[in-house]
Amino acid sequence: MKKPKFGVAVFPGSNCDFDAYEALKILDADVSYVWHEESNLDKFDVIVLPGGFSYGDYLRTGAIAQFSPLMKSLRDFIDKGKFVLGICNGFQILLEAKILPGAMLTNKDLKFICRYVYIRVENVNTPFTSAYKKSEVLRIPIAHHSGNYYATEEMLRKIENNGQVVFRYCNENGEVDEKSNPNGSLNNIAGIINEKGNVLGMMPHPERACENILGSEDGKKIFVSLLNSAVGQLLP
Amino acid sequence: MKKYIVTVKLKPSVLDPQGETVKRAIEHLGYKGVESVRIGKYIEILADEDLSTEKVTEIADKLLANPVIETFEVKMEDE
Repeated sequence: MKKPKFGVAVFPGSNCDFDAYEALKILDADVSYVWHEESNLDKFDVIVLPGGFSYGDYLRTGAIAQFSPLMKSLRDFIDKGKFVLGICNGFQILLEAKILPGAMLTNKDLKFICRYVYIRVENVNTPFTSAYKKSEVLRIPIAHHSGNYYATEEMLRKIENNGQVVFRYCNENGEVDEKSNPNGSLNNIAGIINEKGNVLGMMPHPERACENILGSEDGKKIFVSLLNSAVGQLLP
Repeated sequence: MKKYIVTVKLKPSVLDPQGETVKRAIEHLGYKGVESVRIGKYIEILADEDLSTEKVTEIADKLLANPVIETFEVKMEDE
């Protein structure tokens, strides 16, 4: 059977690319790195935009990376219905490129936050979350300075009504409250999907939560879901 | 040469925790009467005749400001 091909994007300043690669290797996926200057993405079925500090976070997080050849080709890739997962800085890049709605602001307490949080899976009918149970609570790390999700009222209403909010910060029991919101994100939003349902952006790092020896395995099912979805897409 | 000055501000609807913190610091210094502090960006672009206010506005819209959270103004000065 033909295996789906994963590409992990590498921008100057990406630093979670190895982790994303490793998370996919654990699942025996066919994965390789893609340099940001690459404009031919034809051989790939899934692109992962990893976390890090592309272009030093100059101007705004993700603002410069959106103009790379890879990102220009990514629009066609997305139009074809192929899957894109943006993690942390990858999410910020997708917002700046206006592929996903909204923007990131500096965390409300102005601090870089690097710790475990809990998130609740709000939508399991996506190619990225199908292996989870509805409202499953994940223990997963965040590591960011600009993860304070903002959207205009109209955008927010739209993504809420469409079920595009895929993850929300919550407490250990899955209750979404102000106390469990680490960064000030509107409606505790930790991850959203595009209208078409093939692009997911999330601030928490599932690739750092794929092996119990590293503290949590709760992020693994994102890659399991994605692999299953990509295999499904290759079937005739 | 012409000098273009682009000022980028957060939209009024967007909270500015940095501005809030600076406001508190001003109050700690003993100054009274500060209503609010908002922090933005100031960008200077030096260019020849190839660039115009119109083009700088385009650049600001595409890159220098994020229209979801920010607004901007472009001013031109002769150097």
